[in-house]
Amino acid sequence: MTQTTAQQELIPDAPDSQAVVSVTGLTKRFGDRLVVDNISFAIRRGQCVGFLGPNGAGKTTSINMLLGLVEKNAGEIRIFDLEAPRFHREIKGRIGVVPQADSLDPDLSVEENLRTYAGYFRIPRRIARERVEELLHFFALHNRRDEIIEHLSGGQRRRLLLARALINEPELLILDEPTIGLDPQARHLIWERLAILQAQGTTMLLTSHYLDEVARLSQQVLILDHGQVVVQGEPQQLITDFVGLEVFEVDGTGGELDALEALFKQCNATLERVGDKLYVYAREDCSRLEKVLGTAGSWVRRPANLEDLFIQLTGRSLRES
Amino acid sequence: MGSLKGGMRLPVAQKSRVTSDNRCKRGFFEIAASMSGCSFWAIWLRNGRVWKKHVLATLIGNLGQPLLFLLAMGYGLGRDMGLVDGLTYLQFIAPGLVASSVMYSAALETTYGSYTRLTVQKTYEAILMTPLGVVDLVLGEIVWGASKGVLAGIIMLLALPLFGVVPSPWVVLLLPVLFLSGMFFSACGLIMTALAKNYDFFNYFTSLVITPLFLFSGIFFPVQTMAPTVRGLLEMLPLTPIVSLARILCYGRFGEPVLLKIFGSLLATGCAVWLAGYLLRRRLIQ
Repeated sequence: MTQTTAQQELIPDAPDSQAVVSVTGLTKRFGDRLVVDNISFAIRRGQCVGFLGPNGAGKTTSINMLLGLVEKNAGEIRIFDLEAPRFHREIKGRIGVVPQADSLDPDLSVEENLRTYAGYFRIPRRIARERVEELLHFFALHNRRDEIIEHLSGGQRRRLLLARALINEPELLILDEPTIGLDPQARHLIWERLAILQAQGTTMLLTSHYLDEVARLSQQVLILDHGQVVVQGEPQQLITDFVGLEVFEVDGTGGELDALEALFKQCNATLERVGDKLYVYAREDCSRLEKVLGTAGSWVRRPANLEDLFIQLTGRSLRES
Repeated sequence: MGSLKGGMRLPVAQKSRVTSDNRCKRGFFEIAASMSGCSFWAIWLRNGRVWKKHVLATLIGNLGQPLLFLLAMGYGLGRDMGLVDGLTYLQFIAPGLVASSVMYSAALETTYGSYTRLTVQKTYEAILMTPLGVVDLVLGEIVWGASKGVLAGIIMLLALPLFGVVPSPWVVLLLPVLFLSGMFFSACGLIMTALAKNYDFFNYFTSLVITPLFLFSGIFFPVQTMAPTVRGLLEMLPLTPIVSLARILCYGRFGEPVLLKIFGSLLATGCAVWLAGYLLRRRLIQ
C-alpha cells in the first residue's frame, strides 16, 4: 500500500502531464441499446491505460468513437487538446492503431504494406523509406520484406500491424488485443517492443482479455461493464482495495469446504464458492491458516491479481448469449 | 533485442511539442488539402500497386468479352449485313463496344473489387484509421475504377485497327467522355457495394442493370430509328449518350447535338458519386 502511494507521487502533476485523451460524458446508443453510457476518462502523456471489460462492455465502441468510426450521441472527446470529431484528420495523423482484425493488404509484400500506409499519412517518400527500414529492423521483419502477407506467421503479421501503426511516429498508440492468438514466444517479443516504446514515452491505450498482458504494460486500468466505467485507477491499488492481498484457491468436497469456510472466518477475508472450489480473498496475512489447509485436499496460495479484480467487479457469468 | 544494438535509432521519436496555435493552423491546412481533393490519390496508388500484380488477369477479364463480341457480331454477323446508319455493322458496333468495355471494367472494379476491400480485406477500416476519411475513400475508389475503365477503353481503341476500323483524330476527345462514363459506373458499383450483404447481391446489378444497358444502349442497333416512345426511353439510359458520343468522335461525324449528352452525363455522374458517398458513409460510420 505504501509502495503504491509512493509510485503515484512519482507521477508529477506538472503541466506536461496533461491529458493526451480526455473524454467526458461519452454516450452511444444503437437503436434502444445504450452501448456506452456516460463514460469519462483521461489518458495522461506517457501513460499506458488498460481498457478492460467483458465482451460487449462497450470498449470497441468507445475506441471507435475516439477514431471517428462511430458517431457519438453525447459527450466530449478531446485528443491532443483538439476537439473530435471536428479535427479528426489532424488527430488521426498523430495516432497509431493496431486493430484486432488483420487489415494488412494481402496482395502486397511486407515492405509495400508499410510504404502504402505511409502514403495515407502523406509522409514524403524519402522519409518513408527510412522509417520503413527502421521499423522492419525494430520488429525483426527485415528478412521477410519481400514476402507476401499470406506467407507470414501469425506473430509476423501482428508485428507488421504494429510496425504499420508506428509509421507516422504516433504520439498515441491504440492497441486492440495486440497479441490475440499468438504463441508465448511471439507475445513476449511484442511485449518487449512495446516496453521499449513505453520507455520512450509513447502514450498507449490497450485493450486485452489477457490480463497478465495488461498488468505487465499498464500503469492505469479502466474497467467497463454494461457501457459504464466500473472502476479506474492504478492496478495494484485497485487489486488491494477491491480484492485483497492474496488468494487461496482450495479444491474439495462440499463438506470439506463448509468446514474450511468456518475456519477462514477467523481471518479478514472474503469467501467465494464456485462449484467444488473455494476462493479466499485475504485482506491480511493469513499464513497461519496454511497449517490447517495442509491436511485438506489440494490448494494454492498466490498474490491477488488483475484477473481477480476483473471477476470481482464484472461477475462470473458469460456475456455472449 | 539484437536488432537494436549499434546506435539503431528507435522508430518513435518524441516530437517537439506543438503549440495549440500551430495545431489549429495545421488542422486548417490539412482540411484545405483534403478539400482541394488531393488526398484520395494515396488510395488510387494503393489500388494501382495491387493491380500491377495481376495485370494480365484483369485485362483479359475485362477485354475478353467486348473483343469477342466485336469478332462474333461485327465480323461474323456483320459480313452478311448491309450498311447501318451509313457504316458497316462492324464499324457501327465498334465504338459502342469500346464504351461498354469501360462500363464493365469500372462497374466490376467497384463491386467485386471494392466489396472485397470493404469486407474480406478490411482495407477501408485500415484506411479510415489514417487521416483519410470517407470522402477520400469514395473518390479514390471511383477515380480508380474510372481509370481502369479508361484503360480498357484505350486498349479496345488500339485493337480496332486489327479489325479494319481506323478511328478519326477526334477520338482523343473521346477519352474524357469515357473517363466520365467510368466515374458514373464506378459510382454505381460502389452504391451496390455499400448496400451489398454478400457477393450474390451483385448478380442483381449485373443481370438487371449492366447486361440490359449493354444490350439496349444503341451499341447493336440504332436507337434513332425506333418508335418515338421506345427511343425516348432508350435515350434516357446512362450508356446511350456515351455510345452515341463514342460513335460521333470515333468517326468525326457530328450530326447530332453533343452538349445535351455531355451535360446529362455530368449531372448523372455527380448524383451517383454523391449517393455512393452518402451510402458508403452510412455503412462505414455507425
